[in-house]
Amino acid sequence: MSNLILKIISFAGLLLTIIPSFMVFSQGMELNTNKYLMLLGTILWFACTPFWMNRNANN
Amino acid sequence: MAKISIKGQLDSVEEFERTPVPERHWKGWGSFIGMYAGEHTAGTEFVIGPLFVAHGVTVSGLIFGLLVGNLLAVLSWAFLCAPIAMKARLTLYYMLEKICGAKLAAIYNVVNALMFCFLAGAMIAVSATAVGIPFHLSMPSLNDWLPNSIGWIITVLMVGAVTTVVAMFGYTQVARVASIAAPWMILVFVAAAVAVLPDLGVKSISDFWTVANAKIWTGAPLAGQSKFTFWHVVFFAWFCNMAMHIGMADLSIFRYAKKWYYGFSSATGMFVGHYIAWIASGILYSLFLMESNYSAVFAPGPIAYRAAGIAGAICVIVAGWTTANPTIYRAGLALQSIRPKWKTWRVTMVIGMITTAAACFPALVMKLLDFVALYGLILMPMGAVILMDVYIIPKMGFKANYAETFNKSFNIAAALAWVLTLGFSLLINIYFGVEIFFLGLPGWFIAAIVYLVFSWMIQKSKLQVA
Repeated sequence: MSNLILKIISFAGLLLTIIPSFMVFSQGMELNTNKYLMLLGTILWFACTPFWMNRNANN
Repeated sequence: MAKISIKGQLDSVEEFERTPVPERHWKGWGSFIGMYAGEHTAGTEFVIGPLFVAHGVTVSGLIFGLLVGNLLAVLSWAFLCAPIAMKARLTLYYMLEKICGAKLAAIYNVVNALMFCFLAGAMIAVSATAVGIPFHLSMPSLNDWLPNSIGWIITVLMVGAVTTVVAMFGYTQVARVASIAAPWMILVFVAAAVAVLPDLGVKSISDFWTVANAKIWTGAPLAGQSKFTFWHVVFFAWFCNMAMHIGMADLSIFRYAKKWYYGFSSATGMFVGHYIAWIASGILYSLFLMESNYSAVFAPGPIAYRAAGIAGAICVIVAGWTTANPTIYRAGLALQSIRPKWKTWRVTMVIGMITTAAACFPALVMKLLDFVALYGLILMPMGAVILMDVYIIPKMGFKANYAETFNKSFNIAAALAWVLTLGFSLLINIYFGVEIFFLGLPGWFIAAIVYLVFSWMIQKSKLQVA
């Protein structure tokens, strides 16, 4: 269950990285807001993904 | 360009270093598709895309040139490298030892290690351009060959030291970080480019081609840069990984493939990293050029920061670092294979120091296109030797795996194929002005013919005596 939550947060991070840029393109968002959302997406991705992706690499 | 995720895991499976990979360890499509997509979206992509802009590629030259060149690269993996990997299921290094002998294979390893050092050096320099942003570092310019400031040297030394220390502790965790970063990195490339399109004047998708022609890939090279055509793009895209496909370095990867056609999985790397990422980084650079009144400064860090903020700068650091780190580690392994008693961490430390020293010179980044082409050209002849040895030599009635069969440590036919090919390439480069990007194709035929002729001469006398 916790794994599923982590995966959902990770993918939310990826969506925050990519989606706002298309809103900037369609002039629905400022570039600076996009930069903050990309940073938030980056933090979410790197904070959650190591707990479920390629965990076997530790071995 | 550097091997990161799956290859790291493969390297740790030491029992298959000198034996064919057993069937129970063969892998499916998924492993290769993910690996190629991640591996070919790396720090180099932040440099190559902009350099195409600097060299005055036209938009049609880029779009169609990359299409053809990347397709040829995928076909090279699928029809040249993967079938031999499946047939032998051995690493490149062990195959070379069987064919060329331990001494020649050792020379190959040293050359390979040096190439790895310079590639890693370029990536440390790329990371340094992002690390230097908060310190207002004076960034290098397109025509810089030497370090332009003390600040640049200090930043590079810091990045190089951290990279080397991490590599000295092994690279399992780095490989893991690289595989985790890969999907995010691809999206940062795309997002950064899409977000700045309005600043370039692209207000809708239908504007793209017109604006791309007028402002991005204008067809006019920057001052001091040579002009690139459609053919430069085709051959660069095809041969930038020549060491891996035609040069057979990826035998080490595809020896795990269940089927030869898994070679087509390289398409993910070519059409995500070498297509989308190169186009995206070119777009970012053209905005920088426009806003800086066509400044000669060339620094991926500030360019990504302008478009994507801190996430963009982090992306440049992570992309450079995750390419440099395993490359240093690999260079260490290549050298260590010659002297197995040397401690891995000591070799890695020495390699890291050489790499960091090289990274101080911006020429490595500014001439990355030439270096990558040279890297492929230098290692390519051994790929031709392997191909001839597997398919043609037995049909001529001679023995494959010459060094192993005749208990030799140095196959003179393979050595001559290597040296004469490079000599021929140098000759037509100097006397006929053929650029380095185009030398791989004639070079491959020269290597193949020289190897067959000298193998025939050497083996004929040996077989007659026998």
